[in-house]
Amino acid sequence: MEGLRVYYNTDRGLLKAVDDVSFSVGKGEILGLVGESACGKTTVAMSIMRLLPAGARVIDGRVLFNGQDILSATEQQLRSIRWKQISIVFQGALNSLNPVLTVREQIAEGIQAHENVDKRTVDGRIDALFKYVGLDPARRTNYPHEFSGGMKQRIMIAMALACNPALVIADEPTTALDVVVQYQILDLIRNLREKLQISMILITHDLAVVAELSDTIAIMYAGKIVEYGDTFEIFEKPKHPYTRALLKSIPKMQGAKKLLTYISGSVPDLTGPVAACRFYDRCPYAQKVCADVEPKIEQLSTNQAVACHFWRDIENQ
Amino acid sequence: MGIGYAVNKLIQTIATIFFVLTFNFLLFRILPGNPFALLFRGPGFSRALVNQLNAQFGLDQPLWLQYLKYLQNTLIGNFGISYTYRVPVLSILVPRLLNTVILLLTATAISLVVGIAMGLVSAWRRGGKTDFAFSTSTLLLYSMPTFWLGLILLFVGVIYFGLPVSGMISLNGELTNPFALSSIVDLSRHMVLPCLTLVLGLTGEYVLIMKGALLDVFTEDYMLTAKAKGISNSKLLRDHALRNAALPMTTLIAINIGLAVGGAIQTETIFSWPGIGLLTYQALLTRDYPVLQGCFLVVAIAVILMNFLADLLYGYLDPRIRTG
Amino acid sequence: MSSQLTTSRWRIYRRSWTGLWRKFARNRLGVIGLGLLVFFVLMALFGPFTAPYDPTSSSADILKPPSALHLLGTNEVGQDILSQVLYGAQASLIVGFAAAAISAVVGSLVGLIAGYYQGYAGDLLMRVTDVFLVLPALPLMVVLGAILGPTLFSIVIAIGLVGWTGTARLVRSQTLSVKQLAFVESSRASGARDYYIIFSHVVPNVIPVIFAQTVLVIANSILSAAVLTFLGLGNPSTITWGQMLEFAFTSGAVTSAWWYVMSPGLCIMLVVLSFSLVGYSLDEIFNPRTRKV
Repeated sequence: MEGLRVYYNTDRGLLKAVDDVSFSVGKGEILGLVGESACGKTTVAMSIMRLLPAGARVIDGRVLFNGQDILSATEQQLRSIRWKQISIVFQGALNSLNPVLTVREQIAEGIQAHENVDKRTVDGRIDALFKYVGLDPARRTNYPHEFSGGMKQRIMIAMALACNPALVIADEPTTALDVVVQYQILDLIRNLREKLQISMILITHDLAVVAELSDTIAIMYAGKIVEYGDTFEIFEKPKHPYTRALLKSIPKMQGAKKLLTYISGSVPDLTGPVAACRFYDRCPYAQKVCADVEPKIEQLSTNQAVACHFWRDIENQ
Repeated sequence: MGIGYAVNKLIQTIATIFFVLTFNFLLFRILPGNPFALLFRGPGFSRALVNQLNAQFGLDQPLWLQYLKYLQNTLIGNFGISYTYRVPVLSILVPRLLNTVILLLTATAISLVVGIAMGLVSAWRRGGKTDFAFSTSTLLLYSMPTFWLGLILLFVGVIYFGLPVSGMISLNGELTNPFALSSIVDLSRHMVLPCLTLVLGLTGEYVLIMKGALLDVFTEDYMLTAKAKGISNSKLLRDHALRNAALPMTTLIAINIGLAVGGAIQTETIFSWPGIGLLTYQALLTRDYPVLQGCFLVVAIAVILMNFLADLLYGYLDPRIRTG
Repeated sequence: MSSQLTTSRWRIYRRSWTGLWRKFARNRLGVIGLGLLVFFVLMALFGPFTAPYDPTSSSADILKPPSALHLLGTNEVGQDILSQVLYGAQASLIVGFAAAAISAVVGSLVGLIAGYYQGYAGDLLMRVTDVFLVLPALPLMVVLGAILGPTLFSIVIAIGLVGWTGTARLVRSQTLSVKQLAFVESSRASGARDYYIIFSHVVPNVIPVIFAQTVLVIANSILSAAVLTFLGLGNPSTITWGQMLEFAFTSGAVTSAWWYVMSPGLCIMLVVLSFSLVGYSLDEIFNPRTRKV
């Protein structure tokens, strides 16, 4: 993804949801895209699949997949890329499955839209997929409402893998689930990654999830990427004030009891005028220049980048 | 299907029918200008007949006894005697009912097909020129009283197209074979105008229902999932949108069946189509209360039964209810 | 203290009126509808004063097409149609308003009670509403109108008692959603009495929706009134547009005198259209489900 800008036309004005976002995902790599609600991460995901709602417009940028720019692909090319090359697991799978079709029909639909296979092969593949995700293959003729939330999420994952895509986008795969089920799903994803070597973009607001699963992390805030790097680096040596604040706010189980820290203030309204550095009004290290000059993303090494004027000084403190 | 659901709906239907029967009973006996007080005292009713009717309907007995007799009578089809025709109400009703069914069935079928098609296009191309054209024409048609539309069509049809002015068949049509081609043509010629009137009146409602149901479905999450799978647009529409939109549509169409009946009364009046609608009008003119009451009952019960069938259909279509 | 609350609420209302007008004016069709509506209301108010002839005086000019003498032609007993139309506006509109008022009151009460007191009472009310919803409207109105006697009042009752279901359902769902709002919950938790909650919290939130819906109900009522008067119900000595069409039909003049059919009919259509346009515009503004995001 290069320099993506996506704006929404809303009642209150032009919402600059995603402003100049760039990152890349390699083969077999899991990228964690982390940020608060409404920071633009879902918009990024939808842009890749070109599933943006009616009020959104892609102003600028390219999304390169195997050399081809998805944003300028034709409807037909798009349809062949969708699901076969890139698939997506939506958040809150409760409503993402069609209630009047059996799960078998829904998964089969995805396969048959791209491959010319007969019914028996399709059923065989569905059975295998079910086993992969830990579901009883005999239940493939059931309807979505007959499954629990966690099982539905597994169905979504199975469905996303149906055509053996190169890239899977998982948008908040565990958010709508309770903790026990969350753990199971994360375990599942980890196993799948080991067995299938898929590339994945894992979108979440939960740092614990990315810590477990991702190789690289991109931290998003208010429509921009503020830090990017190797998971280890990010957790051990965070550079951007926002990243640092996020990590500090994770309560620790061991060690001395401390007051919970949090980041004061709230996310800026992106329809109105914003300070040059969008984190300005919540940053403990903010200085005047931060309000006027936008901190450009600085590439530190092949796999590291920060967008902050003062990250060096902060690090040295 | 979830048997519990079907039984539940059956109970509701029976309760509703009971309610209507009771309502009907009270309406005709309790209100001021109580027609049953004057019942059967008009000229032409022999003393013997009056006594017989008094006994049948228990007119000289307390209200609750009358109510029981009323229920009894209704169940066996005794709706009383018509004031104007001096024959049992049911014997007048039944043949007329068939005529109305012919007209309504044809008109409703056409309206549904046209309405659903237009609604689909309207929803798919929302905000476009087609949507706007359909919406405005629907609104215009809806603002016209059905009988006025009928009057205009009558005027145009008779003067410019030489279509028959009234009735269901030409007089000499009664003498020949009802299945002969000429009879069918005759019937069709008579049916064109009333049918057209009804269709124009009903289609708008179906367009709105279809459009509304589809638009609601388009905003659902599973539509996004389906689109992400890269399936064709027609498959998207057919398997996902329509299959789900069919559910609320069944309910709404059922609720609107009463509209068709209302339209039928007006249309039959204008075109003198010998159905229940015209009978209602005629009974109204002559204040023939037994017939009026009979028409209302028959029509109300018919609509209630149709709603029951629609409920069953819904239960079948929705897997959440079907598998219980 | 409560009077302070009232005054500040009025200030909010007044401010919201101008905001409302601005939102309303954005919809061109709604504004056209409003214009038509005003035209017809004026006709109803001043029609009898501007009519060129006495609508009941017959003449020898039977079924004459529109001319300089009679702008809309004459009917089968030589009465001036234009004058009849102008006189008829009053009854045609008043019946619609009155019937809609009854529907609004009954429907709102049923909806409020059913929505707020959800137990057996609420359930029963909704069952009754469902029954009325299923019953075919016109046959029911005809029967009611026939029994209640040949007056305009009986038509008003007939239409009012049949048209309340839509409002009831709407008010109920609105009441339910207001009831679940946080400030209502806290109000109940702090021990406020039911009446207080209903009147100060639920009603203000429900009134805009009732208002929009009632405009549409008025449209429907005027339409129903036209049909009922056409079928012969109501007071035969009061001129209404529906009645004019009834005479046109029964006198057999339909196939010859297009002006007789078009004049009252167009009026009915335009009035209903105007109320519908205004009603739909208001609905777009107030109804949370149809509001465009």
